[in-house]
Amino acid sequence: MQMDGGQALLKALEYEGVEVVFGYPGGAILPVYDSVLDAGLRHVLVRHEQGAGHMASGYAHATGKPGVVMVTSGPAATNIVTPLADAYLDSVPMVAITGQVPYGLIGTDAFQETDTTGITMSITKHNYLVSDPNDIPQIVHEAFHIATHGRPGPVLIDLPKNITDAMNPDSAMTWKDPVAVDLPGFQPVLDGKPEDITAAVELMLQASRPVIYAGGGILKSRAAAELRALAEKLNIPVVTTLMARGALPDSHELNLGMPGMHGNYTAVMAMQESDLLIALGSRFDDRVTGRLDGFAPDAKVIHVDIDPAELNKIRAADVAIRGDAKNVITAMLDEIGSATAVDHNEWRSKLSGWQEVYPLAYEPAEPGGKLKPQMVLERLRDGSPEDTIVASGVGQHQMWASQYWKFDHAYTWLNSGGLGTMGYSIPAAIGAKAGMPDRTVWAVDGDGCFQMTCQELITAAVENIPIKVALLNNSYLGMVRQWQEMFYDNRYSEVDLSGPVPDYIKLSEAMGCVAIRVEDPDEVEAAIEKANSINDRPVVVEFVTESEENVYPMVPGGKSNSDVVVPPFQEKMAARLEDER
Amino acid sequence: MKRSQLAETHTLAVLVENKAGVLARVAGLFARRGFNIESLAVAPTNETLSRITIVVDAESAPIDQIKKQLDKLINVVDIQELDGEHSALREMVLVRLDVEDESRVVEVEELVAGFSGSVIRVGGTQMMISLSSRPNDLDDFLGKLQPFGVQELQRTGAIAIPGIE
Repeated sequence: MQMDGGQALLKALEYEGVEVVFGYPGGAILPVYDSVLDAGLRHVLVRHEQGAGHMASGYAHATGKPGVVMVTSGPAATNIVTPLADAYLDSVPMVAITGQVPYGLIGTDAFQETDTTGITMSITKHNYLVSDPNDIPQIVHEAFHIATHGRPGPVLIDLPKNITDAMNPDSAMTWKDPVAVDLPGFQPVLDGKPEDITAAVELMLQASRPVIYAGGGILKSRAAAELRALAEKLNIPVVTTLMARGALPDSHELNLGMPGMHGNYTAVMAMQESDLLIALGSRFDDRVTGRLDGFAPDAKVIHVDIDPAELNKIRAADVAIRGDAKNVITAMLDEIGSATAVDHNEWRSKLSGWQEVYPLAYEPAEPGGKLKPQMVLERLRDGSPEDTIVASGVGQHQMWASQYWKFDHAYTWLNSGGLGTMGYSIPAAIGAKAGMPDRTVWAVDGDGCFQMTCQELITAAVENIPIKVALLNNSYLGMVRQWQEMFYDNRYSEVDLSGPVPDYIKLSEAMGCVAIRVEDPDEVEAAIEKANSINDRPVVVEFVTESEENVYPMVPGGKSNSDVVVPPFQEKMAARLEDER
Repeated sequence: MKRSQLAETHTLAVLVENKAGVLARVAGLFARRGFNIESLAVAPTNETLSRITIVVDAESAPIDQIKKQLDKLINVVDIQELDGEHSALREMVLVRLDVEDESRVVEVEELVAGFSGSVIRVGGTQMMISLSSRPNDLDDFLGKLQPFGVQELQRTGAIAIPGIE
């Protein structure tokens, strides 16, 4: 079939089953957009290209399908650099299509020319600069294959204008369906080696203080059921990292919750004192390990990852298994068979002792005091459907959301874990809602993050993607302020966001949202109820919260996890409990 | 510093797809991850594949991590770490000399012959010389050549192929 490269691109996207594209047109991608009009897919017109990138990412995480972002060359391509880097660090399958100046002009500093493949080389799994429109079907097919196989990640396709423009003879092509992908340099290994599985199971059966350290890889490999089966079979407690919240229900008795810098005391200390860490799809990120030489000093390590470069990268593994988490855990379960592990009762009771003394906790607001952000999140959690999807920005609100939400379903928690991208939540929530229109989607945002990407609420309103935003407004860049309080002698430098502008209510209303401001604790529940009842437009609920609340527990930067700091009131409580014993 | 005296190095024979930008991907990866390249040589081996020989400074990062990160590049088809005993490894050097005294030309010619190098051209007191050999032989050769008035020299990176078991 004869067509031009622009038509071929859309046909190729349809061929890959793409239902939604998040994008923004412009000069070099114009011919492709002409074909968008006739294509059988939805295009969501964003207000800034960065938003399109995070929407594609949120869509991908919530639905399990690769997200697609399409923008023009130059500044548009550089505007998606942040979401690409974000998706690369968090292993999110995405395909980015960028326009490029005509092939013959590349290298001449033409209008809106950037070296897009050069710029994105280190933040994509792979990228392509297409020179022949006949290559489009196969390259698009390869791009989706690479993005979704092995360790997922973003792939970028740069399309010079001359090969997509119907008015240019360079664009003429003959459509041929892509053939099966044959990439000799890309052969992901899914199954672990049997001898390694055996060795791992042997360690698991003998360990007396084991902990499963479940990471985002569990969700990427869709292995939540297998994780649960393994934990239950051997009665092994599980910590779920920031990227793995929901991989095991928080209501499960074996789930200790989030470890790391702001993890709860028990999850942090369980890893510290364990004699066997079973790392499944996790990568010993510095936010989890704290100071590395003090991390889990007595633990042997089993490390399972589909990306062999993660094995032995940070922490040497006693048994390193290259493979897909789902396949490897299934093989482990087979290997275990009817064998039983040594008794963990002593270990479990130590853990529950910690849970009793050091639960996640905050001091309730004084009468007449400002809202506590933790309380707001608890009410929001309790007042929203159980399978609500929560997308968070980056900062204190992110940590509180991860701590205080109860994730009982996989793929209900979206956040920027690796890159820590402020402004992630609103566009990611829009992407998730576009993919899962029947689910309630809340963006939990801070006032700093909100001001970075709130313009996408216009997208949500115009495109009828009714997300809800819980804006925790503490008038500060809260996490930076917390560090300045704790480590810079209370010298607050450039963290004050207190108004009088913007007026978040007027701003939200101007963008087509219903906006509610809550200052009184007694109004919190009613506002949440109202927000959850509105489904024809986006809703922003601004919660005016305590300004100087800190996130606890906290492992100070550069310290060992054993130096975890609990909230001051809990320290006193724990001491009193000790005395009573 | 003489190359053969450098701290421990590893030689990687990397087979890559012969596609635009592959060298940039490899070089970019080394730069981004803080791996030090000691030398690098690349050329096509056939229409679809190129071979890159990379000598890496093993102190900059564990060789295992370097190999695994390289292997993640989609265009990298195969990586072999070469051991010095079995593999063949050669470097080449081109040198231009001005010996200043025509009587010394013969001395240089003898030296070159001793290393199985070749004299490419002689013009008056100026000479152009090439030698292809093991890196430490090159070091040795260049050391002996130094008193003869070296004007310009260019060494290639090492090229290597896996050897006979």
